[in-house]
Amino acid sequence: MTRFAYVAPTSVEEAVSVLFDAKGVAKLLSGGTDLLVQLRAGRLRADLVVDTKKIPGMSGIAAEPGGGFTIGAATPCAVIGEHAGLVAAWPGVVEAACLIGSTQVQGRATLAGNLCNASPAADSVPALIAARAVVVVAGPEGQREVAVEKIVVAPGRTSLARDEFVLAFRLPPRPARAADAYLRLTPRTEMDIAVVGCGINLVLAADGSIASARVALGAVAPTQLLVAEAAAALVGHRLDAATLAALEAATRAACRPIDDKRGTIAYRIKVAGVLARRAAVIAYARAESRR
Amino acid sequence: MSKLHVAATINGEPAEFLCEPQQTLLDVLRDELGLTGTKEGCGSGDCGACSVILDDRVVCSCLVLAAEAEGARITTVEGLATGDVLHALQRQFLEHAALQCGFCTPGLLVAAKALLDRNPNPTETEVRYGLAGNLCRCTGYDKVIRAVLDAAAEMRGETVA
Repeated sequence: MTRFAYVAPTSVEEAVSVLFDAKGVAKLLSGGTDLLVQLRAGRLRADLVVDTKKIPGMSGIAAEPGGGFTIGAATPCAVIGEHAGLVAAWPGVVEAACLIGSTQVQGRATLAGNLCNASPAADSVPALIAARAVVVVAGPEGQREVAVEKIVVAPGRTSLARDEFVLAFRLPPRPARAADAYLRLTPRTEMDIAVVGCGINLVLAADGSIASARVALGAVAPTQLLVAEAAAALVGHRLDAATLAALEAATRAACRPIDDKRGTIAYRIKVAGVLARRAAVIAYARAESRR
Repeated sequence: MSKLHVAATINGEPAEFLCEPQQTLLDVLRDELGLTGTKEGCGSGDCGACSVILDDRVVCSCLVLAAEAEGARITTVEGLATGDVLHALQRQFLEHAALQCGFCTPGLLVAAKALLDRNPNPTETEVRYGLAGNLCRCTGYDKVIRAVLDAAAEMRGETVA
């Protein structure tokens, strides 16, 4: 790897000032499973690597009194998968986080890294967007909260300023009869990158119709897509054949994928519709069981 | 650029080393500390040959900066045996001949130990998924999986057929 300096600040304020004062390119390190690979391959360069893991509160999961959850930005995905409360309330977010890489990668990889690496194929991001997750961002002016879908602006680029970084993710409180699901297509079951990913989050009304819905897609556009038309196709309906057909059509219509070694444009569009249908069915069944 | 001083616990013993900021834990284990059981395969976290246990989680040491190991507890393949007595996993790998060239073996042993530390009674499917991050290009995986299942049974005190 090319040379860089390393610093591990022990407070948020110190981290912000280190980023503000950095000469050249500063890169934030949480799990390192993307950053170190890219630094070694020469796809990224850094003059300074800022390790966030020594900042108190960066790792760990807190169940909030109001029913939501706060997940520290540097919490390894394996820890997310082992948190029973989170698994019960947000199974789709958890399954997305736990699809990333091997056991070895799971022990290091984090939501903040997955988001800020800004890959269109990041697994956790569609699930977080569907879940209405917000990120807590630290910067020189203090902290601000931003919807996850506002962070990635292009492949490899985020909306964060150079002296800002992600402190935590907040998931909202969960009513009864609500659940999420995440599905991705890969040619094999492990150790691969999404051809298409789809996160769906549903809240059911007392009569079993869908009261609110969020549909988010990965790997079918330069950034993750929040597809309002697909959600609108679900609201007010049960998952009958016509509703699922409308969901598929709205999902396919939103896709703007590229052709690459993982899939063609036509294949990705077709698969996005199929995954949306299947994820909706899973989320609906989970929501019905959470009365 | 000045070197960083790192203090950690490696295989139960206190260890201190100096490292460059860009050196990985793998670099330091092999080149500074002489723990060459841990292998470098891909250098990108895909093959698992460099697996070590870092604070109770198996990780690829090629994807950890040595500086990040400050204060950490690390187990490498050298820490599996107790003196001259091999770990049950090591014995079962020998018993099943679960290796040919052996390059992937330290990583597989460490990953399997981490798996059994968390789940002493895994199913075959759990072992296969648990070791999906460890690539072997010689043997195929069946003998490895059988060795891990038999080691798990032995460690639970069950008789291995």
